[in-house]
Amino acid sequence: MISTHLLTKSFQDRRRGAILAVDGVSLEVRPGQIYGLLGANGAGKTTVMRLLATLIRPSGGSATVGGHDVVRDAAAVRSKVGFLAASTALYGRLTAREVITYFGELNGLGRAQLRARIDQLATDLDMHGFLDRRCEGLSTGMKQKTSIARTLVHDPAVMIFDEPTLGLDVTTARAIVQFVRNCRAMGKTVIYSTHMMHEVEKLCDRIGIIHGGRLLAEGTLQELRQRTGEDDMEEVFIRIIGQREAP
Amino acid sequence: MSLKSIAVVYRKELRDLLRDRRTLRSMVVFPLLMMPLMIVGLGKVTRVVDARARAEIPAIQIQGGEDSPGVLARLRSDNKLRIEPSTADWRQLIADKKIRAVVVIPAHFEADIRAGAESRISIFQYEGEIRSGIAAAELEGLFRRLSAETVQGRLAARRLPPSLIHPFEIRRENAASPEKVTGNRIGGLVPYLILIFCFVGAIYPAIDLSAGEKERGTMETLLCSPVGRTDIVLGKFLMVLTSSLAAVALACLSLAFSLRFGGIGKGAAELGLTHVDPAGVAGTLVLILPVAVFFSAAMFTLGLCARNHREALSYLQPLMFVIVLPAVIGMMPGIELNTRLALVPILNISLASREMLTGAWHWPELALIFASTTAYASAALAVAVRMFGRESVVFRV
Repeated sequence: MISTHLLTKSFQDRRRGAILAVDGVSLEVRPGQIYGLLGANGAGKTTVMRLLATLIRPSGGSATVGGHDVVRDAAAVRSKVGFLAASTALYGRLTAREVITYFGELNGLGRAQLRARIDQLATDLDMHGFLDRRCEGLSTGMKQKTSIARTLVHDPAVMIFDEPTLGLDVTTARAIVQFVRNCRAMGKTVIYSTHMMHEVEKLCDRIGIIHGGRLLAEGTLQELRQRTGEDDMEEVFIRIIGQREAP
Repeated sequence: MSLKSIAVVYRKELRDLLRDRRTLRSMVVFPLLMMPLMIVGLGKVTRVVDARARAEIPAIQIQGGEDSPGVLARLRSDNKLRIEPSTADWRQLIADKKIRAVVVIPAHFEADIRAGAESRISIFQYEGEIRSGIAAAELEGLFRRLSAETVQGRLAARRLPPSLIHPFEIRRENAASPEKVTGNRIGGLVPYLILIFCFVGAIYPAIDLSAGEKERGTMETLLCSPVGRTDIVLGKFLMVLTSSLAAVALACLSLAFSLRFGGIGKGAAELGLTHVDPAGVAGTLVLILPVAVFFSAAMFTLGLCARNHREALSYLQPLMFVIVLPAVIGMMPGIELNTRLALVPILNISLASREMLTGAWHWPELALIFASTTAYASAALAVAVRMFGRESVVFRV
């Protein structure tokens, strides 16, 4: 379960002064549900994801992930979270097995447990053929599978995806989308940020539209369509952020 | 803080860096090859330059002396000098290295000598130029011998013994052990070289584990794990420290091995390295330990502040001057270790090392150096931990 209440994050920029990247975002994601956070570049999606993954601390408001407060109990939050983003890379000089082992050890898994877990993940993700090859020599698809295995090694209850398909080819992107669906099927709590309309349409149970750091609208795809009177997701999005930007 | 987590991070960084060619170069290859190459190379260069300079018969000019045929004949009979015709632009010819030296013989030189009057021979040379120095030394030797013969002739004419002008002999002899002599000569150089290896060994891991990780996008991946940031910093810092100390250890081992088995004794002898006191070197290495901690923590912190490899290098390379300057000051004669200088980082190690290598162990100052350097190292490590906790630093990409 993910729950945020008036979550706020501001940064101090030397040139631009104080920047409010996230402005009072309140949302809730339940187990077995995919919540899509839809927004343009710079809307505040990544900041929300980083706040939930406890990579950064909120300036105001509160958030709990997996029942733990993101400020008071950040380590416990991270032990329950799997975080996958376009920006989360792999160690090129390590093999896929070594990368997964490293993150398993960082999550406190014992050797026997880790061996069994890697074996299971390699079977599930069809990784046996490249498990002992260095990541720098893997194809994009293989790297993505390794990233997924790294994210899942400690079997987290909550999955945070920050634009995970950004820059990927269609086949690899489809595999990621399928993986996200599998997470829902496994009963995990999933939050998924993207700027791609078709992904939220295909994937998400609930959608939050974020713009300028503020959550402007939230609901199922059907509810958002009804609210705007538009059928096409792109039009829905434009209508909602347009309302905000209109004088 | 969890030792287990620190060990996990450290093991991974060790495995990762041992597969990085740049780190291996700075941590293993450079220290292993540099010392023997330097000793052999410097010794060889010194030998070759000196031999070549001595093999050359220097060209000189004689200015004046037309009325002193005896002196001219003596100069011409010296087969270690090649006499060139006199020209008016002889000063320029020396500066252009066309001729090596010029001797100016005053008018009536031989007549004045015979009459017992004072006279002066001037030798002109290119100061600091080895071949010019050899030519000037040959000329000076010739005229000193002539002067001595003149004195002996005058004494003999007056039936006076040579002891009249040489009542006693003065001899300077060395009372210090070869270790002390070597220590005094190269005491500043040893910590200087060790400090360089300490720095070089740490530089690439410090960059790779901080700015490199940010640049490759693995920092965010790592921060998603439940391990505390202090544990991550300590694991990484220990890896940088390992690399720094490994470079120092390998350089020392390589030097010792080369001196013992490498057949480079001649080169070492030419550099005065044959009688290095092992206790002094051991003392220097003990003092280097907190310096390595300080370097590792400081370089890791600076690397962390950078966006990428290139920016990190631009921060770290100027640090070399910060190391070199105090180490060079420590090599200067006349600067002695005292309580105040014992607090100046790097310079204190340089001065203390010189003392230790000459067998002088000033325990209060040594304790102060170790304590102060440990304090600086702890402060640098605390800064590294603090910086790693700052979002503006870790996410500055």
